[in-house]
Amino acid sequence: MSSIPSDLKYLDSHEWARLESDGSVTIGISDHAQGSLGDLVFVEVPEVGRTLAKGGAAAVVESVKAASDVYSPISGEVIATNEALGASPELVNQDPYGAGWLFKLKPSNTGELAQLLDAPAYEKVVEAAH
Amino acid sequence: MGLNTPLYDAHVAAGARLVDFGGWDMPVNYGSQIEEHHAVRRDAGMFDVSHMLSVDVTGARVRDYLRHLLANDVAKLKEPGRALYSCMLNERGGVVDDLIVYFIDDEWFRVVVNAGTRDTDIAWLKSHAGAFGVDIKPRTDLAMIAVQGPNARAKAATLIGEYATAALALKHFSGRELGPYFIARTGYTGEDGWEIMLPVGAAAKFWADLKAAGVAQCGLGARDTLRLEAGMNLYGNDMDENVSPLESGLTWTVAFDPPERDFVGRAALEALRKNGVPRKLVGLVLEDRGVLRGHQKVVAPGVGEGELTSGTFSPTLERSIGFARVPAATGEQVQVDIRGKLLAARVVKYPFVRNGKALI
Repeated sequence: MSSIPSDLKYLDSHEWARLESDGSVTIGISDHAQGSLGDLVFVEVPEVGRTLAKGGAAAVVESVKAASDVYSPISGEVIATNEALGASPELVNQDPYGAGWLFKLKPSNTGELAQLLDAPAYEKVVEAAH
Repeated sequence: MGLNTPLYDAHVAAGARLVDFGGWDMPVNYGSQIEEHHAVRRDAGMFDVSHMLSVDVTGARVRDYLRHLLANDVAKLKEPGRALYSCMLNERGGVVDDLIVYFIDDEWFRVVVNAGTRDTDIAWLKSHAGAFGVDIKPRTDLAMIAVQGPNARAKAATLIGEYATAALALKHFSGRELGPYFIARTGYTGEDGWEIMLPVGAAAKFWADLKAAGVAQCGLGARDTLRLEAGMNLYGNDMDENVSPLESGLTWTVAFDPPERDFVGRAALEALRKNGVPRKLVGLVLEDRGVLRGHQKVVAPGVGEGELTSGTFSPTLERSIGFARVPAATGEQVQVDIRGKLLAARVVKYPFVRNGKALI
């Protein structure tokens, strides 16, 4: 069964968001998402400085099988990206909620986080996908 | 729900991720697709290919019939057991299917066709059979398991008892009936190995025994990366009924000699050759970072445009490779449009990998 940490917020398209203590928000894809995609071989992250809209296409993750868009759960400015993924995209498979994070945003409206799914609601999305 | 092979329950029990393939629920991977790929390149892996169909073609004039129906020439098959890869063409020179044909005896050949085209193929085979008085018998009573990799034959041979010596003596691209098995030294991975046909009822046990013998179960995902590295076409991606083998990298499989052999599609291919074949299938290696995929646009500077027919990440080469159909004058450097960016790719001769070795 895939893991769904209770301290994160989710989109029904399988992205997660975590509010950090410095006010930034870290974004990645869920364990269920990495499992469905299979071995990742390429990750395209957004450029630092780019402004993302909530729900807009932000990154691309490619497995051996296929390419998938990653949507930004909230709006904000990209302040960091996970450069380790350039050489080691498999980090997303190995540790989707830790070393496999994709990018960090400075949120333009932290209130948007409250509109995301909590862990129990996201778990229902994952169950419905089976 | 799609169609299930006799090994469906084994795939589910093994936790396979299942996908639809040509109407069949098939395992795409059982865990890491890349590890399954490496198992075949380095040791031994197995694939359930029971969705493919064996068809026995029998009759006194079976050779004449196949010489008429296939673009390659079964007259090349002189010793019983020898096999031949061929396209079966329509009158327009398009590819109805690609297949392997085994010469078993003078009145018995076996062809193995793709899953997605099996109904079309049977109809096509039957529609030409009457004039030659041959009988077409789909062998839905047979399952098929491919064991592939440098150690595949040795591991599988431990399971076939008294038939092991004869099976291990098979030459490349030949096969023979051995007790309940039909064992052929063929495959779709670029590695040594066997394709084993056996009764449907015996398949699940044989699969479990192979697993116990240390043969890794592999899904269609690894099968696709392996065949692409090996430079082998996939029907429906790299060619179909609307494109000729001459534009699909398969000219080597068309036997134009002897000139008097009148096979289906010959006139169309002759006309294409006379007027100049406008496109060719080439191998591509992506030089920039990213992943080639089917249907991406290829730009050949100063020449024109083409399209990827297959593309993937190559686990052996750790970079992206693909096939593209491009204008015949395309040179060595092209660009591929990946999500609006033009990335550099190099045209290379394929196979990309054979017998575990990188060739590019």
